[in-house]
Amino acid sequence: MARFIERHPAWALIVIIAVAVLAWLVFAIWPPGLEAAIGRKRVFLNAVLNGITLGGLYFLVASGFTLIFGLMRNVNLAHGSLYLFGGYIGYAISTWTGSWILSFIVAFIAVALVGVILQLAVFRRMEGQDLRQTMVTIGLSIVFADLMLWVFGGDFYQVQTPSWLIGPVQLPLLTAIKSSGEPVYLQYPLVRLVIFLASVVIGIAMWLALNRTRIGMIVRAGVDDRDILAATGVRIQLVFVLVFALGAGLAGIAGVVGGTFQSLSPGEDTRFLLASLVVVIVGGMGSIPGAALGAVIIGLAEQLGSVYIPTYAIVVTFLIMVLVLALRPQGLLARR
Amino acid sequence: MSLLQSTQFRPDRSANATRRALLRAWPEFQNPVAWLVALILVIMPLIANGFFLIEIFATTLILGVIALSLMFLAGYGGMVSLMQLTIAGFAGYMVAVFGVSGNANISLGWPWWLATPMALALATLFGTLGGALAVRTEGIYTIMITLAIGAAFYYFTNQNWAIFNGHTGINTVATPHFLGVDWRTDIAFYYVTLGVAAICYFAVQYVSRAPFGLALQGVRDNSRRMAALGFNPNAHRIAAYAFAAFIAALGGVLQVWNYRQISPGSVSVGACIDVLIIAVVGGITRPIGPFIGALIFVLLRTFALDVLIKFGLDGNRFRLLIGLGFLAIVFWSSDGVIGLWERWRRRNTSSTQRSGGGRHG
Repeated sequence: MARFIERHPAWALIVIIAVAVLAWLVFAIWPPGLEAAIGRKRVFLNAVLNGITLGGLYFLVASGFTLIFGLMRNVNLAHGSLYLFGGYIGYAISTWTGSWILSFIVAFIAVALVGVILQLAVFRRMEGQDLRQTMVTIGLSIVFADLMLWVFGGDFYQVQTPSWLIGPVQLPLLTAIKSSGEPVYLQYPLVRLVIFLASVVIGIAMWLALNRTRIGMIVRAGVDDRDILAATGVRIQLVFVLVFALGAGLAGIAGVVGGTFQSLSPGEDTRFLLASLVVVIVGGMGSIPGAALGAVIIGLAEQLGSVYIPTYAIVVTFLIMVLVLALRPQGLLARR
Repeated sequence: MSLLQSTQFRPDRSANATRRALLRAWPEFQNPVAWLVALILVIMPLIANGFFLIEIFATTLILGVIALSLMFLAGYGGMVSLMQLTIAGFAGYMVAVFGVSGNANISLGWPWWLATPMALALATLFGTLGGALAVRTEGIYTIMITLAIGAAFYYFTNQNWAIFNGHTGINTVATPHFLGVDWRTDIAFYYVTLGVAAICYFAVQYVSRAPFGLALQGVRDNSRRMAALGFNPNAHRIAAYAFAAFIAALGGVLQVWNYRQISPGSVSVGACIDVLIIAVVGGITRPIGPFIGALIFVLLRTFALDVLIKFGLDGNRFRLLIGLGFLAIVFWSSDGVIGLWERWRRRNTSSTQRSGGGRHG
């Protein structure tokens, strides 16, 4: 952080000002002039919170994607299919057993198994051929999409939110002060907050696992140089399988989350594939903190965009990507 | 020695040399199969009825042209761009927006000879800008960025009503009438697509052997070395994107004339990937590959339903078939159907040579 400020004082200033403005917008009571110009504060706060929680969901999808890419140089374009598959599994389990928590566990295991099979049966055979692996993942995504359409049809599904998470919760964020002087606090759905917290916990756990454990050390070494790592005697194939399973499993969990937040239908796979692509392009390929930063930026841009400039929301996302590519092609937090 | 030879052959040298140079530039002229295919394509309207002419062959040629632009980028430039269909779709939209269509509130109503060049120019510009963005990265990153551009365009057309008319798209796009001919009647349109496809095919063939194409292949193989030799790799790459964008735009104009409407469905991510499948299945080492791939794709798309039902299977599983076929090609032959064919022929010739040698020995 200190080094960043030292090296890029202008950028650091811009970032600090942006954060300060955002913090003021969130915590202060808006003067009437501002409300007249850009609408009620409640709308803005809702959009910000929706953006951040959507960012949590994007992070879950994109972190698996970026982890797999970072270690194996495999752009897994079937990642969206894994997401949707996880969602369908979660839906099936939660309607069958009625347990929301169980659906996460089963979705994680099932999708991780698919990942293991993919790595062992497909990607291991074409190691080092990036382009061919990517082509294979495209073919797989077509096959998966059609198989899922076959089994689940074109209907919309929504994973049932458990009863203890239904309903709004009052946040200590002022939206306005009534004429009687009574403060009005923001009401926000509990389930979204819980899911966001869970994704933060998962993110921190992943960061700790990568930076503080032996396995994480091996994985980081593999990201830097696979061949040398293999030469030191590490069973790299096992590490590959584990990482692929973890990445796929995260996509599965994200599917259940997405199924609770939004809905599951054919086409969601492409949407989330695109989201994770943009997130990792913005954040930096192969970097977990980059995925987190990119996810929050894209989630915020999407939600704020859809509130304030509804017809061009997708263009905002795209412009961010273009801007990042133009200024820092390797992504915001990538090392190279 | 060489001087002696050259003086010996002086009498018919110039005629021979031009002939040899021509053959070196266009090896197809020596291939009887190529002549046969060309002949069949030209007399196709005598053989095939309207359905086959438009739904199979014209569609194949159009998709082939779009996939050809991808083949040019991937085969000679080493850049797999998934936005070629997006460029084509952009050109189609521009034809509909500038030209005449059923949506009078959007279309500007320009005559076709003004709207079409405008659409081609804008689409080429669009493709060049996208390319300039994509060349900042390499290899698999290019796939991701071009896919993101394609997907962003798809969602944009879905959301934008002022220009792209949202998810309903633009309908009843007018097609050109001139010289007293309606160029959208089956036979005339078939010849238009055949002409455009042939021009694109030979243009790609020519460029691949021209200095620019050779430099581009050099950049593909070793861009650092080319840079050391004084070439500008990124300029070559962007120029390649511009050229490919123009070809894709031609395909897009033909496509909008063919269907007479355009909607976000025509530029969906699935359709972008279909173009990649066509190029890869056909083979991205030679310009003929995309057309072969397109023929296979169109035949499958048109007849898979009937065939699957005939075998007692669910006819809706056409995409499954396409996906599995694509996987099989990627698994077993990295250069598509052309690669399979060449391998098969090589094995055949080597075996006949071996048996022939045995007889003589």
